[in-house]
Amino acid sequence: MKIHQLSVFLENKPGRLRAACAELAARGLSIVTLSLADTEQFGILRLIVEDWQTAQAALEKAGYVVKVNEVLAIEVDDKPGGLARILDTASGAALNIEYMYAFAENRGGKAVLVFRFEDPDAALRVLKKGGINVLENVTLFRLT
Amino acid sequence: MECHSLSAPDFLPLSALNETRLRRLQAIVSRAYDRVKLFRHRMEQRNLTPRDIRCLEDICKLPFTVKTDLRDTYPYGLFASEMSDVVRLHASSGTTGKPIVVGYTREDVAVWTEVVARCLAACGLQAGDILQNAYGYGLFTGGLGLHYGAEALGVTVIPISGGNSERQITVLKDFGVTAICCTPSYFLHLLDQGAQLGVDFRQLPLRVGVFGAEPWTQAMRERIEAESPIKAYDIYGLSEIIGPGVAIECAAQDGLHVFEDHFLAEIVDPETLEPLPDGSEGELVLTTLSKQAMPMIRYRTRDITALMAEPCPCGRTIRRMRRISRRSDDMLIIRGVNVFPSQIEVALLRVEGTLPHYQIVLTRESDLDQVEVQVEVTPEVFSDEVRALEELQRKLVHSIETITGIRAAIRLVAPKTIPRSEGKAKRVIDKRKL
Repeated sequence: MKIHQLSVFLENKPGRLRAACAELAARGLSIVTLSLADTEQFGILRLIVEDWQTAQAALEKAGYVVKVNEVLAIEVDDKPGGLARILDTASGAALNIEYMYAFAENRGGKAVLVFRFEDPDAALRVLKKGGINVLENVTLFRLT
Repeated sequence: MECHSLSAPDFLPLSALNETRLRRLQAIVSRAYDRVKLFRHRMEQRNLTPRDIRCLEDICKLPFTVKTDLRDTYPYGLFASEMSDVVRLHASSGTTGKPIVVGYTREDVAVWTEVVARCLAACGLQAGDILQNAYGYGLFTGGLGLHYGAEALGVTVIPISGGNSERQITVLKDFGVTAICCTPSYFLHLLDQGAQLGVDFRQLPLRVGVFGAEPWTQAMRERIEAESPIKAYDIYGLSEIIGPGVAIECAAQDGLHVFEDHFLAEIVDPETLEPLPDGSEGELVLTTLSKQAMPMIRYRTRDITALMAEPCPCGRTIRRMRRISRRSDDMLIIRGVNVFPSQIEVALLRVEGTLPHYQIVLTRESDLDQVEVQVEVTPEVFSDEVRALEELQRKLVHSIETITGIRAAIRLVAPKTIPRSEGKAKRVIDKRKL
């Protein structure tokens, strides 16, 4: 099951991240997890929000450039070698990972990571076949 | 093609046109010689009198007039009429130093009205059309110039003037507006505002846009014509000559017809000032053939163009000039290289496909010019991957370098962070202390 991630362009200046988050807070939208990639000049804020359509509309209305991508939320055993197993499966199938980041919470000895694969559909097939738990939307958001 | 009777001079046989032009040139040179001290002085320095103008080609004997002549004789030093005969004054905003002042007799206002009416007729306007005139009314010649010409043609004019974009959009939507005139960058601003307010211009009865007062590009025309039902026409003019109404595009949208019965156009090499033949690119020099209050002899416009003598499909016999792509004084000298903002525009367009909002910022660090081009990120080019945006920056740098020979830094900035002016777009910020 693929989930939707929003990416937002931010200039690398004080207060820009706060302003973007405030747009979501004002509408009672909770950020499930996020990651920020930055360069000297600009940053890309990546967000997982349950009601991503409302979040996208709110950000665009406020003048932000927003892009929607499909990502996978993958359950990983929270012990040595847990991530390695996923990566083995991915590299065995020549899946290209653009980037990844984690959910803050851990559930019952499992961590959840967000993976942005170059080809999310191919990744989903391979991971499922490899017995790796790719979370359904509903399961994922119940976690928070 | 059916034409309004006002447009008849556009179709005069060349011999009749030239006869009128020579007669008017001789009269205006005499008038300026008799009444304008600066002009008489320059003629005397060259041992010239008005009788030395025997044919149209003799114009190249005459001295040039430049913008600083208007500043130096501020406010009325170049007037050839008594103040009691001057019925209108306009002035340019003048970003540096004093403004320049221009005056019109009643006959001058009538000529101005006529040429603007001929412009609008060439764009296909007629009685029954409703024109939203969003040029500024006031000292600027745009608002009143278009106003009188449109009324003379029988068009319904909405004198809304510039600014207040929300009201502009409401009027566009509610008044059955079929034509609009303003600067092209202001119309792009209205398109953006319309999109934010949920107004789709493509659903409106608009069909004609008359855009001028700043140089614009084919890319801007394509965007306007794609995002609205408008056919976008380029109008040309300048206060020193008369205001809007010196030249206009016809339905062919291939060059602007110059109203040669009132304005004599020459192209000269901006360095040597030697006249250039039709088809050669150079600086446009204009002489007013009928202006009474303030005759302008060989006025250097600083606009770079070429005259096109080939017949036009529309049947007009008056020559066309190519669209103004740049001004000789728009030129930036960066590390000794001549760069025009229009070149930067082409470079951005090649990479992105559509023209983003941009601004060129020049600074000087340890005696070396630094160029930064700030480019607003659009949804079309934005990516969730850093390397895709860095790749975009690299492509933009490369494209600018290929076209201008200058290596500029690219700064990607958030949408709507580059100031939109309600009038002319400010594309260059020069912070160099020279």
